[in-house]
Amino acid sequence: MEQKNTVLIDGLEVELNGEKNILELTRKIGIDIPTFCYHSELSLYGACRMCVVEVEGRGIMASCSTPPVPGMKILTNSPRVQRVRRTVLELLLANHDRECTTCDRNGSCKLQDLSNRFGVKKIRFGERDVKLPLDESSYSLVRDPNKCILCGDCVRMCAEVQGIGVLDFAGRGSETVVVPAFKKGLAEVECVNCGQCAAVCPTAAIVVKDETDRAWAALNDPTKTVVVQVAPAVRVALGEEFGLPPGEIVTGKVVAALKRLGFDKVFDTSIAADLTVIEETHEFIKRLQKGERLPQFTSCCPGWVKFAEHNAADFLKNLSSCRSPQQMFGSLVKKYWAKDLGKKPEEIFVVSIMPCTAKKFEAALPHMTTDGAPDVDLVLTTQELARMIREAGLVFDQLDVESFDTPFGFTTGAGVIFGATGGVAEAVLRAAHEFVTGRPVEQINFEAVRGFDGRKEATVEIDGQEIKVAVVHGLANAKKLLEEIREGKADYQIIEVMACPGGCVGGAGQPISTGWETKKQRAKGLYNADKLSQIRKAQDNPMVAKFYERWLKEPNSAAAHEALHTTYSNRERISGEEIKLIAGDQPKVEIAVCVGTCCYLNGSYDTLQKLMALTADEQVQDRINLHATFCLEQCEQGPVIKVDDEIINGVTPETVEAFFKDKILKKLNAAGE
Amino acid sequence: MKQEGIIEAQKGDGRTTYQRKFEKVNEIIARLGRSRSALVPILQEVQEEYRYLPEEILTYVATALGLSPASVYGVATFYAQFSLEPKGKYVIKVCDGTACHVRGSNPVLEAIKKRVNLQGNKKTTDNLRYTVETVSCLGACGLAPVIMINDKVYGQMTPEAINIIIDELEKEDAADE
Repeated sequence: MEQKNTVLIDGLEVELNGEKNILELTRKIGIDIPTFCYHSELSLYGACRMCVVEVEGRGIMASCSTPPVPGMKILTNSPRVQRVRRTVLELLLANHDRECTTCDRNGSCKLQDLSNRFGVKKIRFGERDVKLPLDESSYSLVRDPNKCILCGDCVRMCAEVQGIGVLDFAGRGSETVVVPAFKKGLAEVECVNCGQCAAVCPTAAIVVKDETDRAWAALNDPTKTVVVQVAPAVRVALGEEFGLPPGEIVTGKVVAALKRLGFDKVFDTSIAADLTVIEETHEFIKRLQKGERLPQFTSCCPGWVKFAEHNAADFLKNLSSCRSPQQMFGSLVKKYWAKDLGKKPEEIFVVSIMPCTAKKFEAALPHMTTDGAPDVDLVLTTQELARMIREAGLVFDQLDVESFDTPFGFTTGAGVIFGATGGVAEAVLRAAHEFVTGRPVEQINFEAVRGFDGRKEATVEIDGQEIKVAVVHGLANAKKLLEEIREGKADYQIIEVMACPGGCVGGAGQPISTGWETKKQRAKGLYNADKLSQIRKAQDNPMVAKFYERWLKEPNSAAAHEALHTTYSNRERISGEEIKLIAGDQPKVEIAVCVGTCCYLNGSYDTLQKLMALTADEQVQDRINLHATFCLEQCEQGPVIKVDDEIINGVTPETVEAFFKDKILKKLNAAGE
Repeated sequence: MKQEGIIEAQKGDGRTTYQRKFEKVNEIIARLGRSRSALVPILQEVQEEYRYLPEEILTYVATALGLSPASVYGVATFYAQFSLEPKGKYVIKVCDGTACHVRGSNPVLEAIKKRVNLQGNKKTTDNLRYTVETVSCLGACGLAPVIMINDKVYGQMTPEAINIIIDELEKEDAADE
């Protein structure tokens, strides 16, 4: 007799349809088996053991990593399963700092939630006696290893979805910890501050840095005019914190709440997004006409920008020089609007409400300032704003809607869709056609760049020329695309990159939620807002036209460049490591040869070897110091060598001899005289 | 810098110890291949060369193999055989398995630490001559208590025997220099 392709789950006959594991199957029939380390977008890990079920004849199994076999009899809530589950929780709690009342994730902690759900009333094991230090080095995130349950979600998120691998397990047994390389702080390694590790963390082992205190301090400082800008993605997510469904547009209530909290002016980042579209599109058209620095990459996402600074130095010149909308806004407020008010830049305190943790880092960049004052003084995430609203006792649901203030309150649909993956590309496409041909586009919706596929592509014809567009989100997708471009396998003219899966709607500063459905609803909310806008193209924004008239003259003008554009620089992957090669007795010249990724691939090791041979031939080792170093931040022109304070690019094995004679021997001779 | 302690005199070919070691690292990577699966053998050989795994060399290996430095650090800290601290010229492993423990491995350990002047949790002497560590079992329980100095096994140890052995090492060391 042929066996039926079914299994029995808690006595219920369930048909198999190629499910990879028992967990998937149970979720289909409405049984919510608890998990910590199982995420559909990450690889299987099977570490937390929360998802145990009892399989007849096989005993207790982890349902996430056991494929269903026809005829299996599975129990998901037998006394044995209940007992094991509770013990697993107890064991996890034994290694977990249980100071719940002071914890950032109190109320949104999965460990707390499951302990409650499975009735853990007593923990039979003692607490850990050693407290590990917190890592507060990052502008964006705080790591508390005492709360880590070693599920590895952050490790896999960073390595698999973001393609970076900042965190990994170190040590073994009871000493195991999840840390950046060499236990350095997050700020000292190649972390891009996207915060996806914090978004996926079931506890508070990694959280967004809470800076609400600084906001309260500014609001209570009578010498400051406190203005706030709200990013597009916030308005479709904040409601979730107050029981509303994801994607519900709560713009009016957000504005009302901010006014009630005491902000003097409430503005919309979308208007700066419109500016970004205009600046970036003009920049793109110029490049297209000259045929240089293509593909042009978008630069609104600070996570992507930092990723490129660490890993794609060869493409930095391809990044649009536009600042992100957040920074354009801050810059205009401090450089121009302050003057209208008769105030100095430091008398205005600019707060941003962002879905993003990397924006905190971006706002702190030393070159994002006006007369020494930061263009954006403080970045709060959606989560932090929700906390402030709760602290102030505002009943969100009962707030009467209010509208944004002028002049930075008038928005278009183009600026709003910035919050979803593909939105920037779409907004640019809406503008590019018009700027080139002088005629507006007929079909305003570019469906091909919408949606949640890892890479989206579209070909658009502008004035007889085909423009190939690519949109990627999740940095691993960006990394793959960069590889293909380097190998000549991919060819695009404009590429939008967002670090977070789903774009800003999936930012780590948003209300905690895992899974695509929430992100999709939020994106849908933004596209609905776009649909409802009277004006849907950035170039039609009358306020933006006024900014150009009054302050900036025309797109890409000198004034626009000063206020709205920026520059990028290479960053080393890990701070402060050098390999000492020659340490002279009386060094007169310091030489450092880069062996970082780019230079290494460009043959810097051969250059280095030749250089060492040359120093031996000339017998000058006593008079030099020679290091191999990890980045001299000139990666596109490697191999790079630094001699004292001078940086020399492109020293190949062929040219190193001339370089040695010209740059080093001469110096040594001069020093000898 | 950490490597300061192991500078050796420049040898006849005009290359410094640093250079020789670094060239060796590149030779190791080239020979074993730039693949993820070669990581452990590469680290083993690198450790042979440096007597520990310096941070900057781990970063270099990560770069060459296309791995994240955090992953390489993870592997290096997982295995007890790898050390991220410089080790002494003589690595003394004191067995503290059950058999050795009951036959008095603790007094032996204390005698060694006293003799080489190591206090508290410190494992390596400041002059980088000795590293003293305990291990779980050296597999020579019949000779308990057992210690191992570099590759050589010494059985049926007593605190008195330690002094004799270390006297010999000192003599040998003086002859080397």
